Amino acid sequence: MSTTRTSPLRVATDGWVVAKRNVIKIKRVPEILVFVLLSPIMFVLLFAYVFGGAIDPGAGLDYKEFLIGGIFAQTVVFGATFTGAGLAEDMQKGIIDRFRSLPMSRSAVLVGRTTSDIIYNVLSLAIMALTGLLVGWRAREGVLDTLAGFALLLLFAYAVSWVMGYIGLVVPSVEVINNASFLVIMPLTFVSNAFVPTEDFNSVLRPFVEWNPVSAVTQACRELFGNTSAAVPLPDAWSMQNPVLYTLFWIVGILIVFVPLSVRQYRIASSR
Amino acid sequence: MADMIRATGLVKRYKNTTALAGLDLVVPEGTVLGLLGPNGAGKTTAVRILATLLQPDEGTAEVAGIDVLADPMGVRARIGLSGQYAAVDEHLTGFENLEMVGRLYGMSRQKASVRARDLLERFDLTDAADRPSKTYSGGMRRRLDLAGALVAEPPVLILDEPTTGLDPRSRQQMWTVIRELVSDGTTLLLTTQYLEEADLLADDIVVIDHGQAIARGTADELKSQTGGERIEVVVADVERLDDAARALTAVAHGEVQRDPARRSVTAAVEDDGAGRLMQVLQALRADGVELLDVGLRRPTLDDVFLTLTGRAAENDATGTPTEKEVSA
Repeated sequence: MSTTRTSPLRVATDGWVVAKRNVIKIKRVPEILVFVLLSPIMFVLLFAYVFGGAIDPGAGLDYKEFLIGGIFAQTVVFGATFTGAGLAEDMQKGIIDRFRSLPMSRSAVLVGRTTSDIIYNVLSLAIMALTGLLVGWRAREGVLDTLAGFALLLLFAYAVSWVMGYIGLVVPSVEVINNASFLVIMPLTFVSNAFVPTEDFNSVLRPFVEWNPVSAVTQACRELFGNTSAAVPLPDAWSMQNPVLYTLFWIVGILIVFVPLSVRQYRIASSR
Repeated sequence: MADMIRATGLVKRYKNTTALAGLDLVVPEGTVLGLLGPNGAGKTTAVRILATLLQPDEGTAEVAGIDVLADPMGVRARIGLSGQYAAVDEHLTGFENLEMVGRLYGMSRQKASVRARDLLERFDLTDAADRPSKTYSGGMRRRLDLAGALVAEPPVLILDEPTTGLDPRSRQQMWTVIRELVSDGTTLLLTTQYLEEADLLADDIVVIDHGQAIARGTADELKSQTGGERIEVVVADVERLDDAARALTAVAHGEVQRDPARRSVTAAVEDDGAGRLMQVLQALRADGVELLDVGLRRPTLDDVFLTLTGRAAENDATGTPTEKEVSA
């Protein structure tokens, strides 16, 4: 395998050109965006009003307050599927041959895709925050903490994008990526503290819930948004005691593993 | 004149098949090489190796003097590739597609934009420039793709079956465009299944089958290699095809080809085409074979191709007849 390196500047400019192309697509196929934005709204409403009465986060904490952090985390994880599907689709189209025959940076297609997906996540987080505000959620810890919460969500989403991007390059079609990611994402988001408090899980699942990165992101958001109650004790697990740090570990770890892995897979997949 | 493309002993194997079995290609500067072969002959594999999209298992290749394995980026900066499947983004407009390609060649925004407009005008796409390319016809999309290959004015152009799937009118348009490019001095490697296309556009032709070159030369050289003129006889009753074939065998130079679907038999003759045609007609009349049509014609590349690949199919180690008949 020849490894023609390109300068970081070239990676950035080429990545930006590819990202711009993906953003144009958002404009041209607004239906995708609509569905991307509708599903989190549906989740907020479903959980707030269907399960809201059945699940008690404890000690007078309102379930809607408790829920929003979890929905945020779940939505950005779901949003990452987009990266995988977008890449899987690109690989099937002739455009990838054009990209490959150009003297452009090899990782630009991946950098561009993951970058443009940040825009999707910003939009869906904004929509969800608004929906949350409508149903009674409030961020209570000041502007900086609130922004830190959203920044952490976006960083986490960016990292998961690379995981899904990798899967998108491994699987043969867009249909498969949607099903494959469903298999990973559903357990990851539901066996977490996103919708149900940790102490409600049985002892077998509880360690998984406590160390699940989705739980950590959720817990970090709850703390940064002030959606916790002093009366609700935190689990003893280190991950739950230090959710922001633990989440950052995951973000760095995922990027260290999946960026090179995806770039390599892109080379393999596009030279078939 | 330097060779702009030089490939030696290219081999590419896949799990169960050998796509290329030692292919050599040479394209001198400013000339057009037509790589002619049926589906699955290895044309696209060869193109993808030369365009750095694929690495050969064996062999070496240089494009514009640069080794494709040692410096793929250098090669990419000097080639334009237009593939069988138009490599355009359907959601982007024609302009956006070309501008994006220019930017990825490293052009400034302004330069890429000017170049995109120029190319759209040149390829008669100005009216459609700001429409998403998915609204384009097949011919327009192909032209846009070709324009994409020309953004950086590459000295070497590689076109993989540029007219496959196009209607006759779009094909004619494409040919006109390609001929203009060639007259500007661009070196061109062209793959095609259409013999007419190779005949029309290429200076030299390499006929490829089972990943190997089975013939090379100019169109005229290939035609003479297949023998001189050809006699074709169409019988009224398909039952008499064997009788007609027998009559032709007597005068034929090489094999007699049968086409039961068209009720025709064809054979090449070495010389004195008219005299031998008379001979055949007399034999057939004496035999009472009713004819629908007879003709004497110069060999086309179709004949060359059929003769060559027919022979290759017989040499097939497995002995299985391959579906190489040209249905053009």
